[in-house]
Amino acid sequence: MAGMSEPINDAELVRQAKAGDLAAFAELTRRHERQVYSLASRIVRQEQDAEDVTQEAFLSAMEHLAGFREEARFRTWLLRITTHAALKVLRKRRGLDTVSLEASTEPDAEGAIPHPEFIADWRQSPEELVHRNETRRLLEEALDRLDEKHRLVFLLRDVEGLSIRETAEALGLGEANVKVRLLRARLQLREQLTRFFGDPARALARGHPHEP
Amino acid sequence: MKCEDLLALLNEYVDGTVDPAICDEFEKHMAGCNPCQVVVDNIRKTITLYQQGEPYELPIPFRDRLHAALREHWKASHPCDQKPGGEAR
Repeated sequence: MAGMSEPINDAELVRQAKAGDLAAFAELTRRHERQVYSLASRIVRQEQDAEDVTQEAFLSAMEHLAGFREEARFRTWLLRITTHAALKVLRKRRGLDTVSLEASTEPDAEGAIPHPEFIADWRQSPEELVHRNETRRLLEEALDRLDEKHRLVFLLRDVEGLSIRETAEALGLGEANVKVRLLRARLQLREQLTRFFGDPARALARGHPHEP
Repeated sequence: MKCEDLLALLNEYVDGTVDPAICDEFEKHMAGCNPCQVVVDNIRKTITLYQQGEPYELPIPFRDRLHAALREHWKASHPCDQKPGGEAR
């Protein structure tokens, strides 16, 4: 667009903030606060805790800015801090020690991946659906119904766009475990959302020639 | 390739990281298997839908508190670094 200057990128803001410029840090906050808050909300699922986690994430980022390596992406780093703070809240709720998230870090022993049951083309595209009032509620409900361990992986990997490796590191899991959980999360969400958005007139029978 | 095998590789296929040779097998299977095609399409749409959602807005009182807390904290740890016009709005 003619006449518009390039918006300053995060890396430059980080440099300025490290040099003591509060306005630069404030701008970084403004840019990322909604995502941090959204992720926090979806992990801790309670308003006051979500606010606490959000505040803690930015305070922690501020405190550790000096040690932040500028080759890494600020956003990814911030989301990892957010995840860490949110998991702390979850552990505290369960009265667990801070060292481990107990059984949920163990490899999945849930057996075979469940087959899709309800299979139908969606009637509308995501672009159209995102504008419907009830879509957001349906998405949140579907997310809520996942087991926490599946929800965490989906949030980080698919919603926030962290890599498998970054997701694994943020959650203290092996990559293979992350992949299995991601698959389960995706299939389960697909199952739920297709029941809402799928065209029942075009629902496909589960059994078909390829099924063993 | 059976549907079972496809299911195990679904992540990689959807993410575009599957081995090209396996990708061929995948596509061959899907060409003859409408349910699998639809499942893959459903999953892509599911992910897109979550990615396209607007992030939550911070409640305004919280947002104000957050920025005030950050300013205070910053000043406490940067007592000498007060640049003119460096105030956060």
